[in-house]
Amino acid sequence: MSLEPGTYFFSGNEAVAEAALLAGCRFFAGYPITPTSELAERMARRLPQVGGVFIQMEDEIGSIMAIIGASWGGLKAMTATSGPGFSLMQESIGFAAMTETPIVVCNVQRAGPSTGMPTYVGQGDVMQAKWGSHGPYEIIALSPSSVQECFDMTIRAFNLSEKYRVPVILLMDERLSHLYEKVRVPSKNELIIINRKKPREKKGFLPYKADDDLVPPMPPVGEGYHFHVTGLTHDERGYPHMDPEVQESLIRRLNDKIRKHVDDIVEIDTFMMDDADIAIVAFGSVVRPSIRAIKLSRERNIRAGLIALKTIWPFPDKFFEDISSRINTFIVAEINYGQVVREVKRAIGDKAKVLLLPKMGGALHTPEELLDILMREAK
Amino acid sequence: MENRVEIIICGFGGQGIVRAGYIIGYAAAISEDLESSFVPSYGPEARGGECASRIVIAREKIDYPFITTIDILITMSEPAYKKYVNYLKKGGIILYDEDLVELDDRARIASKTYGIPATRIAEELGNRIVANIVMLGFFTSVTGIITYEGMKRAVEVGVPARFREINLKAFDIGYSYGEKLKKERESEEPLRN
Repeated sequence: MSLEPGTYFFSGNEAVAEAALLAGCRFFAGYPITPTSELAERMARRLPQVGGVFIQMEDEIGSIMAIIGASWGGLKAMTATSGPGFSLMQESIGFAAMTETPIVVCNVQRAGPSTGMPTYVGQGDVMQAKWGSHGPYEIIALSPSSVQECFDMTIRAFNLSEKYRVPVILLMDERLSHLYEKVRVPSKNELIIINRKKPREKKGFLPYKADDDLVPPMPPVGEGYHFHVTGLTHDERGYPHMDPEVQESLIRRLNDKIRKHVDDIVEIDTFMMDDADIAIVAFGSVVRPSIRAIKLSRERNIRAGLIALKTIWPFPDKFFEDISSRINTFIVAEINYGQVVREVKRAIGDKAKVLLLPKMGGALHTPEELLDILMREAK
Repeated sequence: MENRVEIIICGFGGQGIVRAGYIIGYAAAISEDLESSFVPSYGPEARGGECASRIVIAREKIDYPFITTIDILITMSEPAYKKYVNYLKKGGIILYDEDLVELDDRARIASKTYGIPATRIAEELGNRIVANIVMLGFFTSVTGIITYEGMKRAVEVGVPARFREINLKAFDIGYSYGEKLKKERESEEPLRN
């Protein structure tokens, strides 16, 4: 049974697992890794109860290829990993993007690079999530900041991956994966579940012929459709076709199906931004001390606000373009040495001051640290 | 209860510190319809090493779910006491296993301290593993943040079914110990003008 509606007390890892089941995920392949082992553990226990399949694979490469296969077999599928495991999956994320395979990859970020600090928080995989595989492609990456958002965004991750036939990265972090909070599970009527489009007819069917939304319907294996799936550049029949013109139209479409739907994909939360002239930009667990810092700064008559990125990729360029004229200073707080800050700068240009408040990993920014920089910069 | 209460329960790995933290968080969030957050000790610790659960309980939605200063320190080992007492808020409360922890001068920062031989009581019940639940009963009584019924429901959910009976017994004994201690204190303390 999937979860009954009601109120639960879950960790981030548990919330992702239960939300995945509600979204219709019936296949999980993974290799246990700190700090997301509890997610695999829960899936191992729960998937058989709902008629799904859990496989512990030999490694992360096998894991992501198994979920790609399961997705083509017609199941919603996910894996979960962290740090070195996410690095191992990169080649196959590109394969999933090229073959337009809906999958959800939960990457619980820990402090890196390399093995780093397995049990401590990091946010160093933002650029890797976007650019980790070779070639020009687009993916979607979502970043929750509470256990409720871990739950909600997991369902959204499945919906977006099904809708756009694209890998969706749930970019979590260690702090959230082990934080327990109250989670409200909505009733079946309130839940929005999106399933992939299926081809309308078998005759003359072309597996890579896109509809107007640039997304081709996806044929499941075993229902009589004949098709070919390859990571090579392919035409609408799905067969390799080594031709610059085919490459041009395929790669444009793979990117444009995301770029042209940015408004549908991007979600941003703001807090006290209405009259703000200075803003913290944060995502993931750093949102939490940021909210506290904004409240503290308001007590000191600093007009500060918070921009919490819920969608990181595609990056919300337009939002920053629009808001940049009324904000003097953006402070980007992230647990790395400057990743999202580059995107903010790119989107804003020279219309406002953009500062990085980095942490190398292992700990969150404290509310006091964030308040300090707000006080210094607000003047 | 104040609007926000920050609690640390600490001791050795293997004493059920994480379990106890989960149960307090669950009781607040689910039994009582308060808001709560819980962060288990999560490092490369092993059994016998230092271990701590951090819980925040609030009436309203919790913006910052992590500990800033400690309102209530529940300690079941001396090293953990020594480490965390430094973060206790002035006027905070200390609950401790009186056989395992000896309070020092630093405990004076607390407005109240409550000792209970939780591990000894658990051993007398037949399994020292339930010392954490004895402590939870005691916590429920002396702090009053969670109701008796609410915490009991959380204990039922939070422990393995085959150990439910002994845990509920442990909970009741800890609770009664707290009630008795409170009464004794009330009668000892002269009325203040």
